Order: sequence, then structure tokens, then C-alpha cells
Amino acid sequence: MNPFHYVRAGATQEAVAQLARPGEHPARLIAGGTNLLDLMKIGAMSAELLVDVNAAVPDALRDAGANGMVLGAAARNAVTAYDPVVKRRYPLLSAAILAGASPQIRNAASNAGNLLQRTRCYYFYDPATACNKRDPGSGCAARTGVNRQHAILGFSPSCIATHPSDMCVALAALEARVQVTGPAGDREIPFAEFHRLPGDRPELDTTLGPDEVITAIALPAMDQFAGHSAYLKVRDRLSYAFALVSVAAALALNEDGTIAQARLAVGGVAHRPWRVPAAEEAMVGQLPVEDTFAAAAESLLQGARGSGFNDFKIPLARRSVVRALQMAHEGTYDNTGAPRGQHP
Amino acid sequence: MSTPPPVTAYPGIAITLTLNGVRRELIVEPWVTLLDLLRERLDLTGAKKGCDHGQCGACTVLIDGVRINSCLTLAVMQDGRSITTIEGLAGAEGLHPVQQAFIDHDALQCGYCTPGQICSAVGLLAEGHAHDRDQVRELMSGNICRCGAYPQIASAVGSCIDQAGQAAEDASARPGTVPA
Repeated sequence: MNPFHYVRAGATQEAVAQLARPGEHPARLIAGGTNLLDLMKIGAMSAELLVDVNAAVPDALRDAGANGMVLGAAARNAVTAYDPVVKRRYPLLSAAILAGASPQIRNAASNAGNLLQRTRCYYFYDPATACNKRDPGSGCAARTGVNRQHAILGFSPSCIATHPSDMCVALAALEARVQVTGPAGDREIPFAEFHRLPGDRPELDTTLGPDEVITAIALPAMDQFAGHSAYLKVRDRLSYAFALVSVAAALALNEDGTIAQARLAVGGVAHRPWRVPAAEEAMVGQLPVEDTFAAAAESLLQGARGSGFNDFKIPLARRSVVRALQMAHEGTYDNTGAPRGQHP
Repeated sequence: MSTPPPVTAYPGIAITLTLNGVRRELIVEPWVTLLDLLRERLDLTGAKKGCDHGQCGACTVLIDGVRINSCLTLAVMQDGRSITTIEGLAGAEGLHPVQQAFIDHDALQCGYCTPGQICSAVGLLAEGHAHDRDQVRELMSGNICRCGAYPQIASAVGSCIDQAGQAAEDASARPGTVPA
């Protein structure tokens, strides 16, 4: 790691002021540090100053009843996933968090940090290679390189990286809002607008301003989905690996068995969780059967293209969407044990 | 004579940690990880630097009883906290029950990952979310054992769950688990 200064911010505005301070090298916020320190050790990221925000932003999880729930930015991923209210009202979010990382990392990683984690593209992680996200203008070694884990949707000639979070796939499906504060005051960013597509500025992962601080994640009331939700994660090993494809699926059913509402987001396929509201709307009024789910998958994956090693992701994503919707139809999967049928 | 360029100094930061029950006052540079502090400055070499990137779990320690990767946190971020390493688990009456269980179940071969495995298991027991063997395996997945002692590790940890009286819930009642 490069040498850096360290301060603890006691209040959100103090953290904002530190970020706004002039200088050639940036100040960065640290809460859990599980991704930032990893990247600083290998030289993919650096900082002149680390601002510890653990005491500066809320860490409470607040049940707001009909208004949903507010998750503090500094609350740990594990605390969030195992919170009784989150488990009861947002089992999809709990399942997604528990599908990610390891228990040790979930104990340390913050909710805001989960949103701001960087891609696990091997070339982003390797300062010896070209990467427009790490070093703008240097090129993209992944496009013609080993791109097995890379994007099939929404990528650009500059960058084919994927967003690695599981939690964020559920937050996209649940239409979360990211609450931030900055020099101009507070604002809320709808989750669909929080993570960017790479375009020609892949160094920017999000629409968060350079001197804005995340204070909380607000969830609307989504209790109608609590009985039928699943987070399916397909990966190279059964636990503690990033998704090749993951699916957050939730259904609300009418009394006649047809679909009243559907929510669907896919991870591991793009620079942000991939959600196509039209694919959800087309399921409304339909029976929860394979044809309905396959049509949703087709609609969601429209325009998908491979780059060689990741061509397999297109049929894998199609099948995973269908299976996740079938699982959601069956009930609620909490990802606290081995997936059914995976090992004896 | 021109003015020399400004110098950026990186002063050490004073912190207090309770290390295996002993209060220590320390001055550390900001970039020192908790793992490096333990191993390089405090002679607590039980926690291992396997990968230094949070992938192997060999550096697992308990902070206020919660298991984390000590390689992925800065020592200065832990001011005021209580750190327990493998060196601090055994009490006056002998080994910690998880240490004894690892011996009883032959849950190691080379032993390099064992301090991290045991600290992780102690954290797992405190969390209380593992009730059957599948859940033990899933919730121990942050600890890699390159010798492949996983079946014995799962047995060792599972025996401690039984001792702790954490009765297995009806696994068949929970979707997403294999019915017993």
C-alpha cells in the first residue's frame, strides 16, 4: 500500500468536507475496507487520505412500516442479512447478502461499501495490464483476453467489466433508493440510476458525486413479495465465489394463481444489476409457468452478446432466470444452507 | 538559497487495543493492517498471512467476539476494541473446546490454516446460525484448507454445536436445504 494519512470523521458533514478538500490525490472513505484495502495492496487504487466513516454515518436498521425500511450505510452486511425484520419483510435481500463473500467479509463489510465495491475483472486487478477503469485511456485487455466472467449486456468498447455485488442485485429488484449527502445537501438516487453503464467513462462506477457520502439505503414496502422470492447464484464453486450469473426473482400471486406482480434483476452480466421493467410487466396476469418465465428471460436478455470466453453466459442466464422464477413460485429461499440437491 | 520542498510526514496514530485480555497502548502507522501489527510487532504469529487478500481466512481473528479477516482491516480502525487471536483462546482449565474438538476429530494436516479455522469456528458458534452440517460447511467457507481436511473440520465444528446445545432445527421445514 502507498503511505496515506488517516482521520476518523465524527459526523457526515466532516466526511463531506474531507472529500471536498483540494489536492492532486483523492481522499477516500473507508468503513469495512474489505475491498479498498485489497485494491490498495495491489496498487489498483491509492489514496492520500483515508477517512474512517464508521462513526460518521448511521448504522441502524429502521423498520418504517408502510414506508418500508431504512438500512444505515455503516451497518454491516451480516447484521443486515440476519436482521429479523429484513428476513421477514425482505427475504430476497437477506438471501442475496448471504450468497456473497464469506462470513468474515460479511461481518466487516458495510452496506454502503457493498454498493461501492469495484469490479473483480482480473485486468482491473492487474496493474501490468491495460484497463480503462483503473487507468483511463490505457485500453481494455479483457475485450480480447480471458473474459469468462465479463459482461454480456450494456458493455462498451472501453469496458466489459461486471458489477460483482449480490446485495445490489436484490436492491435493484426491490427498487431501493440510495440516500446521499453532499455539499449541496441531501438527495435520493433511485437504484436503477445509481450504478452506471461504462460508456466511454468506465472509471466511473456510479452517479455518486465525488464529494457525496452515502448515508442510508431506503427500501419501499415490498411485503407482497416476501412469500415468493429467490436469489439464485450460479458460480464455479458452491460457496465463496463471485457469480457467473445470479438472479433475484420475486413474485406476488393473485388468488387465481396468476402473477399479480413480478420483480427480476440479474447480476454478473453487466456493469450494473440488469433489470428490464418490461420483462416484469409482461408476466403480470400470466400463469407462473415455464413459458411465461422463458418469455421474461428472452425479454430481459435482449441484445446480449458474448466476447468469446463468456458466450456461455447467454444460455446460462436464460436458464437461470427461468429457474429462479420457478423457485420464487415455489416459496422463499433463504440461502442459509446448501442449495437443494447440490450435495449429499 | 531556495526553500526546500514541503515534506509530508506520516505520524503514527495512538490506539488502545485489548489483546487477548491484555490492554495495550500502541502507536501505529495508518497503513499497518491488524494482521501485520499482530505478527510483525506483537509476536502473535498464530494468525497466518496466507493470501493477504481475504480469500483464504488464515488470518481470521475475533474483534469483540466477531470473526473478521485481520488482513483486510487497518489496526487504526480497531481503536478501543478487544482482539482475540488463537493465542488467547485457551483458558486456565486448558484448551478451548473448539481447539480440543479439532484434535479429537483430527481436523488438520499441515496446520497452517488451523488458527484461522478455529477462530472462525468460535465466531460461527457465537453467531448461532449453523444448525446442521450443511450450514457449518457453508458458514466455514471463508476458510480454505489446502490439505483438504474439510470433512474433519465440519465434524469438529459440528460437535461443538451439539455441545453448545444448539439443537438442529427441522431442516426439512426450510426451503433451500437438503431434507434430513
